[in-house]
Amino acid sequence: MHAIVHNLIHIAVVLIAPPLLVGVINKVKAFFAGRTGPPLLQPYYDIIKLFQKGSVISETTTWVFLAGPPIALSTAILVSLLIPAAGSAAPISFEGDLILAAYLLGLGRFFTALAAMDTGSSFEGMGASREVTFACLAEPAFFLGLATTAKLTGSLSLSGMFGPELASHWSSAGASLALVFVGWFIVALAENSRIPFDDPNTHLELTMIHEVMVLDHGGPALGMILYGASIKLFVFAALLVRLATPIATRLPIVDWLIFGVGILGVAALIGVIESATARLRLSHIPVLLVAACLLCGFGLILLAR
Amino acid sequence: MNGYENFVPMRLGRAIDRDSLKDASIDDFREAIVDSVEAGYRVAALFAAPAAGEAGVDLYAVLADASRSLLHVGKTRIEDGAYPSMTPEIPCVHLFEREIAEQYAIRPDGHPWFKPVRFHASYAPGRDAWGRDPDEKPIAGDIDFFRVEGDEIHEVAVGPIHAGVIEPGHFRFQCHGENVFHLEISLGYQHRGIERSLIGGPTKRTIHAIEAAAGDTTIGHATAYCQAVEALGGSRVPGRAEVLRGIALELERLANHVGDLGALAGDVGFLPTASFCGRLRGDFLNLTALLCGSRFGRGLVRPGGVAFDFDQERIASFKQRLASAFTDVTTAVELLWNSSSVQARFEETGVLTKENCLALGIVGPAARASGVDIDARVDFPSGVFRFTQIPISTAKTGDVFARAFVRWLEIQRSMKFIQEQLNALPEGSIRTAAAPPRPNRLALAIVEAWRGMICHVALTDQEGKFARYKMIDPSFYNWIGLAIAMREGAISDFPLCNKSFNLSYCGHDL
Repeated sequence: MHAIVHNLIHIAVVLIAPPLLVGVINKVKAFFAGRTGPPLLQPYYDIIKLFQKGSVISETTTWVFLAGPPIALSTAILVSLLIPAAGSAAPISFEGDLILAAYLLGLGRFFTALAAMDTGSSFEGMGASREVTFACLAEPAFFLGLATTAKLTGSLSLSGMFGPELASHWSSAGASLALVFVGWFIVALAENSRIPFDDPNTHLELTMIHEVMVLDHGGPALGMILYGASIKLFVFAALLVRLATPIATRLPIVDWLIFGVGILGVAALIGVIESATARLRLSHIPVLLVAACLLCGFGLILLAR
Repeated sequence: MNGYENFVPMRLGRAIDRDSLKDASIDDFREAIVDSVEAGYRVAALFAAPAAGEAGVDLYAVLADASRSLLHVGKTRIEDGAYPSMTPEIPCVHLFEREIAEQYAIRPDGHPWFKPVRFHASYAPGRDAWGRDPDEKPIAGDIDFFRVEGDEIHEVAVGPIHAGVIEPGHFRFQCHGENVFHLEISLGYQHRGIERSLIGGPTKRTIHAIEAAAGDTTIGHATAYCQAVEALGGSRVPGRAEVLRGIALELERLANHVGDLGALAGDVGFLPTASFCGRLRGDFLNLTALLCGSRFGRGLVRPGGVAFDFDQERIASFKQRLASAFTDVTTAVELLWNSSSVQARFEETGVLTKENCLALGIVGPAARASGVDIDARVDFPSGVFRFTQIPISTAKTGDVFARAFVRWLEIQRSMKFIQEQLNALPEGSIRTAAAPPRPNRLALAIVEAWRGMICHVALTDQEGKFARYKMIDPSFYNWIGLAIAMREGAISDFPLCNKSFNLSYCGHDL
């Protein structure tokens, strides 16, 4: 009974909360810029508005173009059901689910890039090429981080790797986990196209990475993309929070509170970073991603002493 | 220098009799221009005008000798519709020659990049330099673009419709991965036929057309126009009006430079400076509005002086608002120089070398950022700048950082200038009745607007009406600089590089 309630809460949270993160980031950025900024719930209004719209689809596109957004959204939702949120295990959990989670994200990206190339636009082709190039460098960092926690906890399931078991290792292998945390934070910024990798607010197609791939999508398709992107952001934030605070009290409400505060904290931190730094030059992005790989890799090496 | 004896030396503010200009032969004319450019002169203007009452077209050249603050005007007659191009020897005239070909169907033989500029029908009925059907209206952008061929080469076409609220222009990149091999810029979408509409003027409309030529350079173009008309009529401008024109010109520079620094910050995603400078640009525009009621200075500069005066009360309020805006700008801009992430983007992006600047005749902050010390306020002083001097702000590296930093230096110096001038504002009237232009004259005006040198040339006919009015916005000199600066750069740096030049589309297209 307890597990069912927890799972229902989990599903509700991962379906409802994500756009709020985007709202928090925007509010923090507005604060630093001395503006009022859009309402906290603006991302919800935007997504709802988009789902009510029609869309124009280029005649040169095929089913791949249409399939991109639903696949990106559904893979994001599936991944969000694999990650542990507060205290207890995720709704779906089995040994080896980390591989499924990583490749579901990969599948979403694959179809987004494919849908972008399907339009035949030179902008979108450029965006797809950039996205895939940088993903090649972000993925190893992600996997090295996973390997570190898997080795520490001896589990190959995300719920186990980020469960209460991990908490005991912070005292013995804190350095490794801290390195992984920093490395993953960089990966989270890259995967979610935030500054310093990408500027979600820019209107300049030539500089975009992720946004340029979805230029031809409109209406419900764009709504799915925005919603899916916010869920992906939530997933990475959740992993970071669980990595930093893998605790489980006996009170689920306290667990959820800690989790919620942590998630909002990650969003606020992203907002601060976006306010204080400029974007990297495109040719320097791989350097930072390789640094993330090294951080996570070093975390793993420290365990093998 | 051969053929040079037919060039007449001129100073700003004085018109010459058109009859004192003797026709040079085309060979002498060419040689004089090529030699003088090689000797360090600049081609301020090269344009065509219909020959008075006869067949054929006159070519006029204005050569600027900055070291002596002297301008040389020469002319030649083209009767057979073609002449040997000068571009292969002096690339800085490449766009002038294309413009002449488009306007008067005069072909520069041997021009290496012979394409239309603004895509309008030629002024000479039934003739076209490219042999297109004269009855059909040319379509903007309808040219053969330069193409790089190869397996790994891809072409990216941007515009003329852009994201965001900016003017139309077409950019064609030849890329190898993220690397730009070549950028070709094709403009003309904003062509309104301003130069043609000015013929037969000045009329009531003329000043408004001039002010609207490039809206962000209203004061610059209006000042140049008024100086040309005043020279044609021989009128003098009261000292107080000269100072107010100078203040307005520097305010325009302040507003645009501040806005540019903010936009540069925005392009690299650096929020604090971007949002503050965006607001502060408005503060400077509002100061212009305090002076004349229009944020862009429309209606301020008029032949004979200025149309609005400052009273003591407004001066006090102006000074106070200016000082507080400047304090804010300093804080916002210092952030830019102190952020390593911003500097990493600015430095070594879009480098334009000094050699290229000189060869292409680049003007304004873009040239000064590459170490070329030209500034019309110093080289060809007019108005208030004859009595006061603003130091030339230069940098060496020629990259986005240099172009940004030169702007910041100019902001500080313009600021100081305005404060000094406000404290020493001469008494007296602000406007005299401008005498009508005298017949058969030629007058020049050169003004350093915020983007660089503006050059206006006015020719009157026997009735004292404009037989030709040539206006050159700094963008006309500078667009090619952007194309060259992008070579071997990353395509993702284009928006940043573009912003660092911030050229006008309508000023180019007229």
